Amino acid sequence: MSQNKNLEEDANQNPRVTWEGCSVLLDVNDGDRLVFARLTPASSLAIGNKKYALQPLIGCPFGSLFQVENGKEGPYLSLVLPTTTEVSGDNVQEKVYCQIKDESKDNRALVDNNTAQSLTGEDIDSMRRQGATGDEIVQALIANSATFEKKTSFSQEKYRLKKQKKYAPKVLLRRPFTRSICETYFKKYPARSGYLRVGTLSLLLSMGNVSPHSDVLVVDMVGGILTGAVAERLGGTGFVCNTYLGVTPYPIDIVRMFNFSSETCRRIVRCSLTDLCSSHNGTSVQICQPEEVCNFESQSKEEKSPLCSISMDETVLSSEKGMLDLVPETSISPATKACKSTKAGEKASQETINLWKENGFSSLIIATPDVDAWSIVKELLPFLSFSAPFAIYHQYIQPLATCMHNLQLGKMAVGLQISEPWLREYQVLPSRTHPLMQMSAFGGYILSGTKICIDGQR
Amino acid sequence: MLLVDPAKKISFNRYISDGDLVIVYERHDNMKAVKVCKDSVLQNRFGVFKHSDWIGRPFGSKVFSNKGGFVYLLAPTPELWTLVLSHRTQILYLADISFVIMYLEIVPGCLVLESGTGSGSLTTSLARAVAPTGHVYTFDFHEQRAVSAREDFERTGLKSLVTVGVRDIQGEGFPDDFCGKADSVFLDLPQPWLAVPSVGKMLKQDGILCSFSPCIEQVQRCCETLRANFTDIRTFEVLLRTYEVREGKMESCQADESGSTGSLPCKRRQRSSEGSNAKEVSGSPTIMARPSAEARGHTGYLTFARLRCLS
Repeated sequence: MSQNKNLEEDANQNPRVTWEGCSVLLDVNDGDRLVFARLTPASSLAIGNKKYALQPLIGCPFGSLFQVENGKEGPYLSLVLPTTTEVSGDNVQEKVYCQIKDESKDNRALVDNNTAQSLTGEDIDSMRRQGATGDEIVQALIANSATFEKKTSFSQEKYRLKKQKKYAPKVLLRRPFTRSICETYFKKYPARSGYLRVGTLSLLLSMGNVSPHSDVLVVDMVGGILTGAVAERLGGTGFVCNTYLGVTPYPIDIVRMFNFSSETCRRIVRCSLTDLCSSHNGTSVQICQPEEVCNFESQSKEEKSPLCSISMDETVLSSEKGMLDLVPETSISPATKACKSTKAGEKASQETINLWKENGFSSLIIATPDVDAWSIVKELLPFLSFSAPFAIYHQYIQPLATCMHNLQLGKMAVGLQISEPWLREYQVLPSRTHPLMQMSAFGGYILSGTKICIDGQR
Repeated sequence: MLLVDPAKKISFNRYISDGDLVIVYERHDNMKAVKVCKDSVLQNRFGVFKHSDWIGRPFGSKVFSNKGGFVYLLAPTPELWTLVLSHRTQILYLADISFVIMYLEIVPGCLVLESGTGSGSLTTSLARAVAPTGHVYTFDFHEQRAVSAREDFERTGLKSLVTVGVRDIQGEGFPDDFCGKADSVFLDLPQPWLAVPSVGKMLKQDGILCSFSPCIEQVQRCCETLRANFTDIRTFEVLLRTYEVREGKMESCQADESGSTGSLPCKRRQRSSEGSNAKEVSGSPTIMARPSAEARGHTGYLTFARLRCLS
């Protein structure tokens, strides 16, 4: 019986096919544009100056590719099935042959004066009206280009890709997982996720020993990406306790992007530091005043209104030139309404808080890129179990150095280390392998260590 | 390793018992794994430690030797295990391990295939990521290493999450039983391109492969083979830079008001010599951080790819 329940839970945690009401990440034209969306019969995606219904995407496997096609009722998104020629080995041979021919080609005779293409905009529009597919239009453009043959095969490929993006845009349906969500935010709206890079987030999860059945104490001022990542690793077991100084919980909207099961949502809870400290066996505890010790940047000013729970309603974020945006829902389908019963970020029950007080948390992860590290650590360390690991992410090294020093002086932890992750991506192509031209120079700093047991104290 | 049994998780109420695995911490670069046995002792440069003194104490405790020296007893985690395990092969470290697990999108319940097992450093973290309902099937073509790995997983309590097989994945591919069932596959092989076709059959659609190779030529050949059936092919290098923190006094140097030669104020301590106008002023202790002088230059390239959707 429990075996079946486990399988069901797993299917919930790792679904490979979309369903109505699920959250997806749409990749338009190979990373040019990334959009989070919720698949409902009414939702749509804008590409260029047209809107395309997302209905065809429901019930398709993640990883499916869609292309804009011209239909009787107007343009729509159609599932692309890779043809067998694309996957055959013959292609590889052909490419090698092209490369040998290419060695004699270069661009000395190519003049960029806008006269190479003989098809006009009107010609293309009339082709569209006659029902030509995007690919056919691209073919026509290539056929009518005077300089196409003179280009190297790499250059021809670049040309073809450019035309395809404009006349036959493709949409890739991607699963929203920690990796894709974190990368998307880092690329498009890094300030909202505290400039947390994928590699850095993965280090926080490992250094924090996030494992099933753990109770993880988290201070998440990075929009919720950390909370979501921890919850994903817990897989519906243990708890993520989101704690905060003062009276207002930090916003964790990014958690909505994950397709968490109700069990996982139930285990994402919040508890203010005050609530954790109070009823602490009679000892009077200093309640940390946010103004005294913290240094909030403008980010917090936006979120003055208390966010007691996270609703499943979508809101349209102001999109900057259509970069990252949420697709507005014109109607809320019954499916999403049902999900509202278990919202992530509910207040922790007193029973759960008492359990945490008794057992301690199994790990502590702090991501407060603009706030002083030591002032938070010294308040939270007593709630961490003995021999439990902690990891603190920061954008500046000095607060971490001070924190590490204080931990050493107080003999509170061992294995203290400040690390800075370095990440470099490569382009690997025949005769053209080299690191990418663009590189992320900075991924933040992490202070990690293990709390030790000081006799007579917690 | 406290993964499968919720009762054994890190907690204030978890005490060291006979038969537990502990990590004996002398210094950040000097640790070892010890199985607690009530009649045993641990002997090191600090003296003799009786295991019986440890039993009943919380993890994270400081324990003393007969000579008054001390060590800390920590609960094992995959990170600590990577630092103390016996190297039968070159292993993967924290930076690569954490990136691989994130990029392979491994969550509880996943089925993961791995080859080669090596010393089991990555395998231990894979087990944590798939627990409690998933499973890791790992293969190595070296029989002795497979046996040692099985022993390690027994010691660390991961037996129910990891199955070690002896198989030449380059030559034979993965077993057909796993066709279409793997969420993620990890390869650390000398010629990974030979295993790529088999991986294509094992993975669920949109499943992810990672191949770790120290040499760029291996990466190039592997990527060529991947292009047929895989998409979203990306290659990375990951490293960690560590920092040292010191509390020190920085002497600051102030030039005489009566017109110096216009030298810039500096923080280095100047030796006062006969002709110098500089005054020495002591600074207050400050905490300073700088990168460590030594760093690992390269471990390997990580290549990730997703299986194309064909239906």
